[in-house]
Amino acid sequence: MTAEIDWAALAVFVLLLGLVTAIGFGAARWRRIKTLSPLEEWGLGGRQFGTWITWFLIGGDIYTAYTMIAVPALVYATGAFGFFALPYTILVYPFVFAVMPIFWKVAKKNNYMTAADVVYGRYGYRPLELAVALTGVIATMPYIALQLIGIETVFHTLGITGKLPLIAAFLILALNTYSSGLRAPALIAVVKDTMIYIVVIAAILLIPFKLGGYSAVFETADAAFLAKGSGGILLTPAQFAPYVSLALGSALALFMYPHALTGILASASANTIRKNAILLPAYSTVLALLALMGLMGHAAGLKLTNNNDVVPFLFKTLFPGWFAGFAFAAIAIGAMVPAAIMSIGAANLFTRNFWKAYINPDVTLAGEAKVAKMTSLALVAGALLFILFLPTQFALDLQLLGGLWILQTLPAVIFGLFTGWFRSLGLLLGWAAGFLGGSWLAWLNDFKPLHTLHFGSASITLYSGLLALAVNIAVAILVSAVLRRAARGDRDLAGVN
Amino acid sequence: MRLVWLILLIPFAAVAWVPFYNHTTPALFGFPFFYWYQLLWVPLTSLLTYLVYRTLARDSRDDG
Repeated sequence: MTAEIDWAALAVFVLLLGLVTAIGFGAARWRRIKTLSPLEEWGLGGRQFGTWITWFLIGGDIYTAYTMIAVPALVYATGAFGFFALPYTILVYPFVFAVMPIFWKVAKKNNYMTAADVVYGRYGYRPLELAVALTGVIATMPYIALQLIGIETVFHTLGITGKLPLIAAFLILALNTYSSGLRAPALIAVVKDTMIYIVVIAAILLIPFKLGGYSAVFETADAAFLAKGSGGILLTPAQFAPYVSLALGSALALFMYPHALTGILASASANTIRKNAILLPAYSTVLALLALMGLMGHAAGLKLTNNNDVVPFLFKTLFPGWFAGFAFAAIAIGAMVPAAIMSIGAANLFTRNFWKAYINPDVTLAGEAKVAKMTSLALVAGALLFILFLPTQFALDLQLLGGLWILQTLPAVIFGLFTGWFRSLGLLLGWAAGFLGGSWLAWLNDFKPLHTLHFGSASITLYSGLLALAVNIAVAILVSAVLRRAARGDRDLAGVN
Repeated sequence: MRLVWLILLIPFAAVAWVPFYNHTTPALFGFPFFYWYQLLWVPLTSLLTYLVYRTLARDSRDDG
């Protein structure tokens, strides 16, 4: 399908993007409070967001434009298997409820601003702090790049060609973030999420009406998968273990990402986080309904060259231009909110756990904020160069690896909140084993996230990230046990002498 | 460790056993069972988490 410019769609799109840009720059003056640390102001919005702002912020942050494009695309391609995103977002919130209020309390009490701060505070061991910080930054970079792909897809559907609009969009993003910090995406998220809810509710009510009802959607999709010879509206038995392990592994990984943790740390209280663990699943419903659009693509008879086009083309085909423009603006703004928070989260890591730890330990509080702001500019620029000059597939592969990598920081970040049993060296070696082992599994499987284990004639296919995490934890336990035993031996010896 | 925390494992049990819900019937509003069953667990998980929240909040009040 080649796109012709739909002027109504384009006008609404440009208008809305202009509006949120203005909001972004205005955000610098919103609820400004005097705190001791300018970095806390810029990077965590002053650590004061209540239940509703946090709900919009985290919701707008973790349900990215890429999610809105890629999940329906996977459902369009594979059917039921792409739906693993739903159990994934079901499982993530009980985890957030149980763990993140404790994480927040530790961070608040000690003025920590990153996961690596928490790790250093717990173990006082620089290499482990660096491992966590480094993993956070390199897992985030390709994720920012993928948000650009989300915007590119929308531009492409609108009939806008060339790289200039993309560069303009990200210039706005970078400057917005530089001047307003976390306040900009927090305010923009309120607009963006409201737009997404309107779009999804309209789509879910109107599209099946145009396509002959939900049972017709499922039937035509089933027939399309049958004709294609792959995929289906139910899982095959061989997909059961991959489905559940991808859901579980992704759920554990999500809140290890710097952008998700930044949303947590910016909350006003532990109770804000608990309430959000109860309220955030509203977004899971939206995600599930968006995922169904992958099946509606078949029912609408779309013939796509790129699966990522399924949601944009569905809107373009079934809705009047002005509403399609509204939906596209929602997706594009949906890319800018997480991209901003990702660059802020990664910049906080660089400043606190690399610059302050290694380059300039005496950096002033004002100096910290300056370094972080510059870093955020560099990160967005880096992601833009990535997309302009490297093949898209490379970003996709790296993002997938990023999920696997970030999951390996879980033992170091989380275990210490609950127990003092683990030793820092054990956690570091566990991280290294998981990181390297997981990367190797991904490489073996041609950058597919799944790996098949064989036990004689039986075999099971699981998410590689989860396998790597199992190795990671096993190494951490083993090394910690040995170190503890050795320490006890030394103590006994000292007692005898 | 309070037993009430175990409630948070129920959603996991609900989605972990795929053969239980990998069916088209019974359908609801045109949705095959596979789809509406998992969708149903979104509000159910919210509700269970709220129960845990309520219980813990009441306990911490009792403690003073």
